[in-house]
Amino acid sequence: MPYNDPEAMTRMSQHPEGLSPDQLRIVGKPARRVDAVKLATGRGTFTDDIELRGMLHARLLLSPHAHARIKRIDASKARALPGVHAVLTYQDIPPVRFTTAGQSYPEPSPLDTLSLENKVRFVGDRVAAVAAETPEIAEEALELIEVEYEPLPAVLDMEEAMKPGAPIIHDEPDIQGAHDPQRNIAAHIEAECGNLARGYEEADLILEREYRVPQVQQTPLEPHVCITWWDEDDRLVVRTSTQVPFHVRRIIAPVIGLPVRRIRVIKPRIGGGFGSKQEVLIEDICAHLTIATGRPVRLEYTRAEEFMASRSRHPQILRFKAGVTRDGRLTALELYVLADTGAYGCHALTVQTNTASKSLSLYRCPNMRFRCDVVYTNKPVPGAFRGYGAPQAFFALESLMDELAHALGMDPIAFRRKNWVGEGDVFPLAVQLGEGREGFETPIITCGLPECVEQGAKAIGWERRNDPHWKRPPDRPHIRRGIGVACLIHGTAIPGLDMGGAYIKMNDDGSFNLTFGGADLGTGADTVLAQIAAEVLGCRVEDIIVKAVDTDFSPFDKGAYASSTTFISGGSVKKAAELVAQQIKEVASHIMEENPANLRLEGGRVIAPSGESVTLEEIALHSLHVEDQHQIMATASHMSYKSPPPFAAQFAEVEVDIETGEVRVVQIVSAVDCGKVINPHGAEGQIEGGATQGLGYAVCEEMHYDADGRLLELTFRDYHIFHADEMPTLKTILVETIDPSGPFGAKAVAEIPIDGIAPAVANAVFDATGVRIREIPLTPERVWRALHAGTRSGESPPLDR
Amino acid sequence: MKRTIHLEINGHHHTVTVAPGDSLLEVLRREGYFGVKHGCETGDCGVCAVLLDGRIVNSCILLAMQAEGHAITTIEGIGSPSALHPLQQAFVDAGAIQCGYCTPAQILAAKALLEEDPHPSEEAIREAIAGVLCRCTGYKKPVEAILSVARRGGSNDAV
Repeated sequence: MPYNDPEAMTRMSQHPEGLSPDQLRIVGKPARRVDAVKLATGRGTFTDDIELRGMLHARLLLSPHAHARIKRIDASKARALPGVHAVLTYQDIPPVRFTTAGQSYPEPSPLDTLSLENKVRFVGDRVAAVAAETPEIAEEALELIEVEYEPLPAVLDMEEAMKPGAPIIHDEPDIQGAHDPQRNIAAHIEAECGNLARGYEEADLILEREYRVPQVQQTPLEPHVCITWWDEDDRLVVRTSTQVPFHVRRIIAPVIGLPVRRIRVIKPRIGGGFGSKQEVLIEDICAHLTIATGRPVRLEYTRAEEFMASRSRHPQILRFKAGVTRDGRLTALELYVLADTGAYGCHALTVQTNTASKSLSLYRCPNMRFRCDVVYTNKPVPGAFRGYGAPQAFFALESLMDELAHALGMDPIAFRRKNWVGEGDVFPLAVQLGEGREGFETPIITCGLPECVEQGAKAIGWERRNDPHWKRPPDRPHIRRGIGVACLIHGTAIPGLDMGGAYIKMNDDGSFNLTFGGADLGTGADTVLAQIAAEVLGCRVEDIIVKAVDTDFSPFDKGAYASSTTFISGGSVKKAAELVAQQIKEVASHIMEENPANLRLEGGRVIAPSGESVTLEEIALHSLHVEDQHQIMATASHMSYKSPPPFAAQFAEVEVDIETGEVRVVQIVSAVDCGKVINPHGAEGQIEGGATQGLGYAVCEEMHYDADGRLLELTFRDYHIFHADEMPTLKTILVETIDPSGPFGAKAVAEIPIDGIAPAVANAVFDATGVRIREIPLTPERVWRALHAGTRSGESPPLDR
Repeated sequence: MKRTIHLEINGHHHTVTVAPGDSLLEVLRREGYFGVKHGCETGDCGVCAVLLDGRIVNSCILLAMQAEGHAITTIEGIGSPSALHPLQQAFVDAGAIQCGYCTPAQILAAKALLEEDPHPSEEAIREAIAGVLCRCTGYKKPVEAILSVARRGGSNDAV
């Protein structure tokens, strides 16, 4: 493929020759997952499921202070402990600033992190690392490290962090890429279109509202875990639970002082990531320890470390100002976001850029402005978390839309319908809000939103909102019922930036090895990509052998994030498969003496119009051994200047107990337009899982700190995620569109289902009680206080008046 | 002091040397039973669950020494890729597996339930797997998979 040809780089043919969409045999069917059997039988396939001879166990000494300088550190006693092979402090490794954010070069996040430093910036920041023969010895060694801290004033509140006189968290002179470290501002964003003043003049109603969203955690069940060792060629092998194997390789290279060519990253099976593994979190320190000891080293976070020293979702304060005409047309939309990136700025700019591009692209408005400050605080660090700024955006936007509809006396859906975007619309701020660089205009080609809303409303029973008997069940006087909705738009990969490669070769028996750099982190991507290859090659999914990522053998892929794998990695697989299919037809045409253009691949055969056919095995044997010997194989890569948005409508039905403030979510309906569905089981699973995480964001998940910056939730007992017996009914509706820019018409599905639950629940609580709550999670206490706000003790809550 | 103990794992006798503080989880993984996962080691997430005399227990908060004299069943003991247990087959067929990290524990929890009650309600199934956290699926397809086995009579034998 000519890689100086943009058309070839981004081309996505719609269907294999001669196949119309309704003739698809594998795409669109619930193919069994290629990894399901090994996972169901408990085969050792995860990072930690190997044990190397001489492997050492690493442990980290973490800071007990929110902000402090290390005055003195003495590891001699720890080093003298039998069984200890290395203790590393900031004195032992060169200071190379980097960012743990696993993103494309050049990094849009500030370079503000060292592997180990003489300053700590949050409770849980790294102080030292130990490698020892057993985890117990490593643990004991930690206690022998003598550290004298000079505690510094800490700032835990994002509104305080920007004020004059606030402690400066990043005062190091070699920080790069932060907006204004002297004022603790990691990133600042501005974007504008139209004329706001005119927009407000045209408005009949102007509403200003502030919303707050908390810091929450990804909590994959498999913690961050990494094993490093030297191989026989003196190259460093990094086996790690990551979403971004190629970014890991490039980002740690300067930090550990090895060239990229001497690092091999293996991504085995991943036990969930949700963005927390789009982070080069522990690979550097594990590698430092292997370099120091010459031994294999294993480092795994404990759950407590996951909570305090892993990553999380940026908490935000969102201040909206909107103008609307009396008949419900948006004339002005303005959003200021203050976001907290904790002690380090990983993903600080781009998460918040995404908050802008999601909150301002769903509704047509000619006059818009976005401003944002992302500030450092002395708290554990937010980063990438499924949704990537969008759940924050949509809690605020979709609450606001409900508030506007209510103020205008309009039905919430009717008001949205008046303003939502559709096919042909272009997001006017797309170019200003690129991924740390100029972005690309991405016109909407397909939009299933109206149908999502229609089908979703029907499934949830939207009309019950108007039934007073249903809303106030006479037999349960303490209960109020309500239904809420949120409409959503998301992106599909980062246009003009994300790229993935794929490689397919044919084996003697007509099977194929498929290798790509896209990282399945539990999403089912390996299966989806195998389905795409099998569809094009006319074989079964079982004939495609998929191997997880190994940077020595897989083509580059930027990794699994930004809802991109089906679209970008899938695009490269489809292209490679088409090239292989062409080569197969050429061999078959030779055998059958038929023009290759007349041949088709189906059922493991190449079939001529006459009905004559040869099997893929015969083709493979012929090409490898018999005549004009050659390896049937192809590589391809794919990128796109388009980012066709998926759309969704999510509905929540709630029961609010006005005596206790408890919000019980009874039912969730998610209607999603993710383009052509490649694997319905996979897509439904993504939607159900995403909605469940969104439900935690809506009603129970939140990280809290004491006055000294210590995180209070360090176990799953304290940090509650939904259990099987607490779940509402989940209904999923797939509204298919066929988007010409994606493989077989596919758009993204991974992130959008987490985006809308919190606003749908908050809107349902308003429908039930008439009380608007602008801060999540909607815990019983918060809801109870809101219900009783402004009423004296003993008085009825406002909803009863 | 370390001690040599005998553990019955999936019907096989293992002689293992363990320290008093070694959890059953650590020992099982050391013996190569990688189907037993570890997610918190405080007994909260349940992905390390195994069957002890048919009852579901979190192996991270059980000392290995306490398991002596009991029949331990891990996911490796109930089926294999060529002979899947009906629950394993149902999880595979229903698309109930995403990252798969909690899958062995979910399947074992379901097995313990079906042995006690071959025809459980959906509610009973949800209670039975409530101790195993899953962050991927929203539990819908795992519950459907278990229900499908229950509807077929709760067969608990490997096929």
